[in-house]
Amino acid sequence: GLILCFSVHLYVARVKPSPPCFHSIRGASSPTLPSTCHSLPAEKKKLKMASSFSRILSSKRKIQILSLVGGSVTAGFLLHRDHVSAGGVPVRRSYPASAEYPDLRKHNNCMASHLTPAIYAKLCDKATPNGYTLDQAIQTGVDNPGHPFIKTVGMVAGDEESYEVFADLLNPVIKERHNGYDPCTMKHPTDLDSSKIHSGNFDAKYVLSSRVRTGRSIRGLSLPPACTRAERREVERVVVEALAGLKDDLAGKYFSLTQMTDEEQQQLIDDHFLFDKPVSPLLTCAGMARDWPDARGIWHNNDKTFLIWINEEDHTRVISMEKGGNMKRVFERFCKGLKEVERLIQERGWEFMWSEKLGYILTCPSNLGTGLRAGVHVKLPRLSKDPRLNSILNNLRLQKRGTGGVDTAAVGGVFDISNLDRLGLSEVQLVQTVIDGVNYLIECEKKLEKGQDIKVPPPLKYFK
Amino acid sequence: MAKNCHNDLKMKYSVDEEFPDLSLHNNHMAKVLTKEIYGKLRGKSTPSGFTVDDVIQTGVDNPGHPFIMTVGCVAGDEESYEFFKDLLDPIISDRHGGYKPTDKHKTDLNFENLKGGDDLDPNYVLSSRVRTGRSIKGFTLPPHNSRGERRGIEKLSIEALASLEGEFKGKYYPLSGMTDAEQEQLINDHFLFDKPVSPLLTCAGMARDWPDGRGIWHNDNKTFLVWVNEEDHLRVISMQQGGNMKEVFRRFCVGLKKIEEIFKKHNHGFMWNEHLGYILTCPSNLGTGLRGGVHVKLPKLSTHAKFEEILTRLRLQKRGTGGVDTASVGGVFDISNADRLGSSEVDQVQLVVDGVKLMVEMEKKLEKGESIDGMIPAQK
Repeated sequence: GLILCFSVHLYVARVKPSPPCFHSIRGASSPTLPSTCHSLPAEKKKLKMASSFSRILSSKRKIQILSLVGGSVTAGFLLHRDHVSAGGVPVRRSYPASAEYPDLRKHNNCMASHLTPAIYAKLCDKATPNGYTLDQAIQTGVDNPGHPFIKTVGMVAGDEESYEVFADLLNPVIKERHNGYDPCTMKHPTDLDSSKIHSGNFDAKYVLSSRVRTGRSIRGLSLPPACTRAERREVERVVVEALAGLKDDLAGKYFSLTQMTDEEQQQLIDDHFLFDKPVSPLLTCAGMARDWPDARGIWHNNDKTFLIWINEEDHTRVISMEKGGNMKRVFERFCKGLKEVERLIQERGWEFMWSEKLGYILTCPSNLGTGLRAGVHVKLPRLSKDPRLNSILNNLRLQKRGTGGVDTAAVGGVFDISNLDRLGLSEVQLVQTVIDGVNYLIECEKKLEKGQDIKVPPPLKYFK
Repeated sequence: MAKNCHNDLKMKYSVDEEFPDLSLHNNHMAKVLTKEIYGKLRGKSTPSGFTVDDVIQTGVDNPGHPFIMTVGCVAGDEESYEFFKDLLDPIISDRHGGYKPTDKHKTDLNFENLKGGDDLDPNYVLSSRVRTGRSIKGFTLPPHNSRGERRGIEKLSIEALASLEGEFKGKYYPLSGMTDAEQEQLINDHFLFDKPVSPLLTCAGMARDWPDGRGIWHNDNKTFLVWVNEEDHLRVISMQQGGNMKEVFRRFCVGLKKIEEIFKKHNHGFMWNEHLGYILTCPSNLGTGLRGGVHVKLPKLSTHAKFEEILTRLRLQKRGTGGVDTASVGGVFDISNADRLGSSEVDQVQLVVDGVKLMVEMEKKLEKGESIDGMIPAQK
C-alpha cells in the first residue's frame, strides 16, 4: 500500500495538468492527505484507484448506450412510452434531448446564445468523472434569463474537468466573454512579478483606496456548485493550514463563519470584510449556497491588508487592499501573498487549478485566466458628468461600478474603476492597464478642474 | 440505470466527513437524522438517482422556521419513501401524531359521508376552500424531475383537464405563454401562483427552470382550480365565497374522481399506497394531502385566552388570510384541519365543519358578553 502511494505521487508530478485521468488519480488516493491514507487500507486504495478509472470507462460506455437510445429525436411523449422494468420498479424515463432542451427564447446570457439544440444533444448525456452534468452547469442560466445591464455568463463549472467535458459549449462562451479568446489555439500568460509595475502610486487627493482580488481553486476538489460537504471542509482545512504558515506582514488569523463570536462578527462587518450568504439567484441557482455556513470563513492578516474568503463563490478569493493610492504596494503584497500560499499548499501535496489554455480555473468562466480585478475608488466628480466617460473607459479597457461593488451606483462622484479583462493578458499587464488608465482619468479630471478640454484616448488593443 | 455518479464521489469520504452540521437546527429531519442512519442510507440511490443528501438538502439549508417546526426534507420520487424509510418513517411519525410504519391510511372521497357543512353562518364565514395535491405515477417529483418530465406532466394534465365537462369545463393558462390581460385577471381572481421564493422550496430544487411546464387551469365558474408543477405535480383546489363547505367538498370529490379516471386511462394513475395514502413531495402532505379551511371572522374568540387550546382540541390550525406564514387581518383567520395522515378526507373536513360551527357560536356568545367556559370541547 505504501509503495503504491509513493509511485502514484511520483507519476503525478510528471503529468501535465490537463488530462482527466490525472484528476481521478488525485481524487482517488491523496497520498499526502493524512485522513484518507489512514482510513484506507492498501487493498481499498487499489480498488478506489481502479474504480475511478472504471468510472471514466463506464461513463464512456454509458454515453454510447444513451446516444443509441436518446438519439432518436421523437417528439412523442410519454403517453406512448411506458418503461416499467421486469421487477415492476418504474425506471427513470430517458427522454430525447429535444424533450429536455431548455426554453431559452426569453433569455439573454452567454450560455443561451451558444447552447444550440445540437450542442445540447451532444453533451446532455455526458458527465465529468465526478458526475457533474451539463444540466447542472447550465441551470443558473436557465433559471436567470438575463440581467438588465450586464450580459451574464449563464453557466458555471462544477469541477476542473467541466471545462474539458463541456468544451463544445464553454469554448464559445469563453470566446464571447473574453474578447474572442480561443482556448483551442491560444495560451494564457501568467505573470505575478510585481517588480515590473511602474508609476503605481496615485494622487491620494483622487484615489481613496486600492484593491486587487483574484480567486484560486484547489486542484482535485470539486468547485462550489458541485462540492460535497466533505470536499468543502477539505478545502477549508487545506487552505487554513497553509495560511497558518504565513509570517511577518502576512501573519494573520482565520474566522470560521460557524464559530465566530458576536464581537468578531461585528469587527469583521465594521472592517467591511464579512461576506454574507449569497442572495443573488445567479449564485443560489448554481448551488453555491448549499449547506451554508458550513466550512465558510474569512482569513485576514493582522494589518488587515490581505484577506482571503474561503468557500464563497470560489474555493478561495484572495484580496489585497489598502486605503490611498499605492496600487503598486497593493499588487506587491498580492503577488507575495499568493506565491507564499501556493508554496505552503504545495509543501502539503496540493496545488492550484491552472492550465496553459485557461490560466487559473475558477467557478465562473468570466473569471478564468487571471481571475483578477484590480481597482480603485476614485473621486471624479467632473468627469463623472462628462458624456464621454463611458467611451474613455471603454477605450482604456476599464469598467466602472458604484462603490458598493457590482450592481451599485456611484455616490458623490466616487467610482470603483477596474479592469474589464481577465483572460489572455497577464496579471502584470492588467494591473498596469488599470494604473495607466486611472492616471489618465485623473489627468482628465485635473484638466476639467482647470477648464481645459479632455480627449477620448485611442482604444487599447487586446492580447498584446 | 440512473446510477448517481455524484453519489459515488461522496462515498470516498467517511460518514463523519460528510455528515451535515445540524447543531443549530430545529426541524424534523435534524431531530431524527443520526450518523448511523446517514451512514446506512448514503450509499443508496432510488432508480431515478435520488439520494439521501438530496432528501435532506432543504433541511440542512434551512435550520428552522420561527413559528413552525418544518419537516426539513422532501421526496424526489415515489421510491424515496421506501428507500429512505429509516429516515422518513420516524419523521412521518413525529409529524403525523405517532403514525407507525405498520399503520394503514383510510381514503374516503365520498362527499355524501359528510354531515352538515351547508349551514355555516355567512356573516362570519367569508369563504370556504378545500385543496389537496396529487402526484402522477411514473414521474419523479418536483425536487428532482427533469424538464422533459415536467413538460410530460403538463401535457398529460392539459389533456386530462381539457376533457372535463359541465361544471368542470374550463381552460388552461401556461405560465410561459400567458398574455398580460390573462395574467391580470388571474391575479385579481387570486388564482395566480408565483415562482416560489421561500428557501424551504428553492433549496429543494422546486423552482428550477421556472416557468417552464407550469400553469393554472380553472373551470369557467372559477370554483375549481388546478395548479400544475408548482410544489407538487398537481394541486387541486375547490373554493367559493360564503360558508357552504358541503358544496365545496362535493365539487372537490367529484372533480378529483373525474380527473383520476382520465389519468388512469392513460396508465398514469395517482401515486397512492395503503400505508401512506396519496404520495406528495413533502412528507407533511402525505395521507389526504388535504387542507380544508375557511376564512372566518373571530375577532373576540381569537383574543380569548383559550383560543389556541380550543384549536388544538378541535384538531384545527390557524393561519393569516394570506396563507401560511401570514398574519391575520381584522380578526379574520384562515382555520383549517391540522391532520393529513391517519384520517380520511371526510374525517378531516368533518372536523373543520364541526369545529368552525362551534367557534362561530362561541364568537356569538362572546359578542353578547357571555362566557364560553361551558363550551370548551374535549380533545378530538
